[in-house]
Amino acid sequence: MTTAAALGSVADTVRRIADGEVTAAALVEPAIERIASGDGELGAFLAFDPTGARAAAAAVDRQRAAGVPLPPLAGVLVTLKDNLVTAGLPTTAGSKILAGWIPPYDATVVERLRAAGAIILGKVNCDEFGMGSSTERSAFKLTRNPWDPARVPGGSSGGSAAAVAAGMCIGSLGTDTGGSIRQPAAFCGVVGVKPTYGRVSRHGVIAFASSLDQVGPLARTVADAAAILQVIAGHDPRDGTSINAPVPAYAAALAAGVAGLKIGLPREYFEVELEPGVREALDRTIAALRDRGAAMTPVSLPHTELALPAYYLIAPAEASSNLSRYDGIRYGVRADAQDLLDVYRRTRGAGFGPEVKRRIMLGTYALRSGYYDAYYKKAQQVRTLIKRDFDAAFAQVDVLLTPTTPTAAFPFGAKSTPLEMYAADVFTLSCNLAGLPGLSVPCGLTAEGLPVGAQLLGKPLDEATLLRAGAAIEAAVGLGDRRPGGARGPGGASP
Amino acid sequence: MSERTLEQMLEDWEPVIGLEVHVQLATQSKIFSPSAVAFGAPPNSLTDPIVLGLPGALPVFNRAALELALRLGIATGSQIRARSRFARKHYFYPDLPKGYQISQYDEPLCENGHLDLIVGGAVKRVRLQRIHLEEDAGKSTHVGAVSHVDLNRAGVPLAEVVSAPELTSAEEAAEFMRALHRLVRWLEISEADMEKGQLRCDANVSVRMRGEDRLGTRTELKNINSFRFVQHAVEHEIARQIRIVESGGRVVRETRLWDAARGQSASMRTKEEADDYRYFPDPDLPPVVVDGPLMTGILRGMPELPAARFERYQREHAIPADEARTLISERALADYFDAALAAHPRQQSGKMLASWILTELLGKLNADGKDIAESPLPPPLLSALVALIEDGTISGKIAKEIFEESYRTGEAPIAIVDRRGVRQISDEKELSAIVDRVVAGNPKQVESYLGGKDTVFGFFVGQVMKETSGRANPALTAELLRKRLGR
Repeated sequence: MTTAAALGSVADTVRRIADGEVTAAALVEPAIERIASGDGELGAFLAFDPTGARAAAAAVDRQRAAGVPLPPLAGVLVTLKDNLVTAGLPTTAGSKILAGWIPPYDATVVERLRAAGAIILGKVNCDEFGMGSSTERSAFKLTRNPWDPARVPGGSSGGSAAAVAAGMCIGSLGTDTGGSIRQPAAFCGVVGVKPTYGRVSRHGVIAFASSLDQVGPLARTVADAAAILQVIAGHDPRDGTSINAPVPAYAAALAAGVAGLKIGLPREYFEVELEPGVREALDRTIAALRDRGAAMTPVSLPHTELALPAYYLIAPAEASSNLSRYDGIRYGVRADAQDLLDVYRRTRGAGFGPEVKRRIMLGTYALRSGYYDAYYKKAQQVRTLIKRDFDAAFAQVDVLLTPTTPTAAFPFGAKSTPLEMYAADVFTLSCNLAGLPGLSVPCGLTAEGLPVGAQLLGKPLDEATLLRAGAAIEAAVGLGDRRPGGARGPGGASP
Repeated sequence: MSERTLEQMLEDWEPVIGLEVHVQLATQSKIFSPSAVAFGAPPNSLTDPIVLGLPGALPVFNRAALELALRLGIATGSQIRARSRFARKHYFYPDLPKGYQISQYDEPLCENGHLDLIVGGAVKRVRLQRIHLEEDAGKSTHVGAVSHVDLNRAGVPLAEVVSAPELTSAEEAAEFMRALHRLVRWLEISEADMEKGQLRCDANVSVRMRGEDRLGTRTELKNINSFRFVQHAVEHEIARQIRIVESGGRVVRETRLWDAARGQSASMRTKEEADDYRYFPDPDLPPVVVDGPLMTGILRGMPELPAARFERYQREHAIPADEARTLISERALADYFDAALAAHPRQQSGKMLASWILTELLGKLNADGKDIAESPLPPPLLSALVALIEDGTISGKIAKEIFEESYRTGEAPIAIVDRRGVRQISDEKELSAIVDRVVAGNPKQVESYLGGKDTVFGFFVGQVMKETSGRANPALTAELLRKRLGR
């Protein structure tokens, strides 16, 4: 397994390049080597782009040489979940139906990263179209959890979480439809932020469920995640659901601590059966926050148990619609066929994996004429109830704290039925249904040495408070310099 | 029996027709993307990731389309929804890139409007169930075993106008299309060129026994793309249905495609084969909000509508109905008339202005192959010319010559009159002297006239005109001659 090596923080990287201590070119070469030698086992990358990375590094070094003020992510090594569209770089969303497709344009988030001087190392693995919680549903490969190669990295942004945890990149962009950033972040011991719906542009994000999808960063630390979020957040006229509101300076919030912060503990999330290691880590987190002056308050989100069924009507319904465009006519793979209907049947039959087909069927059923009211509309009404639960809770507290997942990372093949897999997202779905921001931050290891994630949920557009509380958890009970494979980071003594 | 004409059949049967008309809105760019809208561009040149339905592409609503649709909504007296929504309509076809069309479903922009038709001299008000916004699909062409798809049309903004089933003849259906065509051009929201597919019509047709309340089974006719075809296709379908039911058959609920070349329709699909479109609100597009300031802005820019002008012309200017109808047949013509009225000092001159515009001006323009917007004679000059006739400065006969020259050169009529020295002689003294001279110089004709030969009167008028090079005021000349001749 790859050992995490000397990738510094975002702030360190930018400062060192600005000071002339190191060039971007000098940073990118070892990263390229590390991926070339280590990814065979890890399985994070779907499209590795050393050429593009070197060119981006050279551009940063030219800016430095020209004395131009360096952009905020100058020289920062990143990867992108493969459902983010990249001009000239293959993009598959983990699906065979898009194998070989090279997009003609960049997603807004990709444009913004490039403009901010980030160096894109490549595209990383995910469950097909984001539909999964283990990255086992990728059509192309398995990605391993750097903490235990026999276990999944979580999903669907499993490639992002694994690449960050393995030290192959400083940060990665993932997408989160029902927990797809936070759950793998928790499983891999990294920070993951799901921003408020509309905070980050979806332009160029291959849609799974349009009313739930949101792009966010995964990074080793809260500060790094905040720095990346700072660059990608903000209004985009090319996304009609993008919110036009100013983006606060997130870095400023990080050091504020939690003294006086009112943190709610939703009863329903703790009444569920939790793996002992997860419960213990959360208990330690709660105690640590209390010690640092946070007011911990029990709250109730009474409609929580309806989130899973509502989600599994809304998300598949939207997916069944969004995936209609993969017909083999204009791009992607087209199967040999006799006539038009045959083109559709064979292309989609061969191109989509079983989980995707299952959700298309489910969604198509839910949207049938005469059934819309009973399913999709009813699920939207449940969604309103869930939003109201949160509104009521946020009238009392500033932020909510929950476990990110009921268990730590599970072994490959452990979730043998779809329903078991769906239940892995039980704590993360509500946040998407309500459009709220969420964050997962490591809060310790289980007895088996697997990371546990604490989830923070916030008010709309209040990512700053999540980052603030997340930084406090990180400082109190985070992993420090503990890395996968027993390695320690640059700040600690290597064994 | 089977040889009965449609007219005979219609003594027993009543057709019921509803139209669904797609109006292409004249925006610069597409309804959800920045690609240009143009006719006749090379295939697939007007596309972008949104039009192509590429992965990750998102629609962004072009509000210019909203403003155009709102004008139509207001002009048809529709109720406008403060919040309407786009919905996805799903079906698979190669010219539908996303696998769904973005349309409006249960929350359309406009409802419960109306369109006024002029049928047989009376106004018939047809209710409109709804007007909604949607994107057009691309165009498929089939050449042998090969199909070509052109996506230039995909994403072009359409307003779909749905009438209530209240039209009762093919003529009314055609008249509905004409009235809508005129209205959308009047509002400047669409070129509405049917040959370019900018105005397309589907017709829902059924028949029932006269006196029956319930509607018969309807069929939907697609692909009707000229005013003439609307009438033909609907007539043909009415006759087809009556023949079926009269021979003991049942009309099948189906969609039929009109083949204009063969003058007949063929079944496209039956109801059982119809798609389930699986409509649901498009999560990529926020609700369309129409607020007070937007409505105020649109209302401020609304022109006076054809029906209102039709009434005003008759009421305020005593213009006959048929002339008023011609004046409102085209916005530019009505605007020309109104501009001429505005340039003219006297309200009561409308009638004369109208007749000069409709006969002299249109005649001349027609001969030159020009339309009213290209008239070389601007409205104020026509107004000035009519004023010269009214105040007696020139006669009607001279006026036609002045009109010709002014039309040709653009010179002001009064300047031409002065240069030519053709001012009418309306001075009684001056004209009396000439009359005296003519009467004195033609004793034989005087005798003949006094002996009862009325036609000789024309001779005297002619002589006076000759003496004055046609400038004598005809009415005054006649009056003075009568007085002088004593008869």
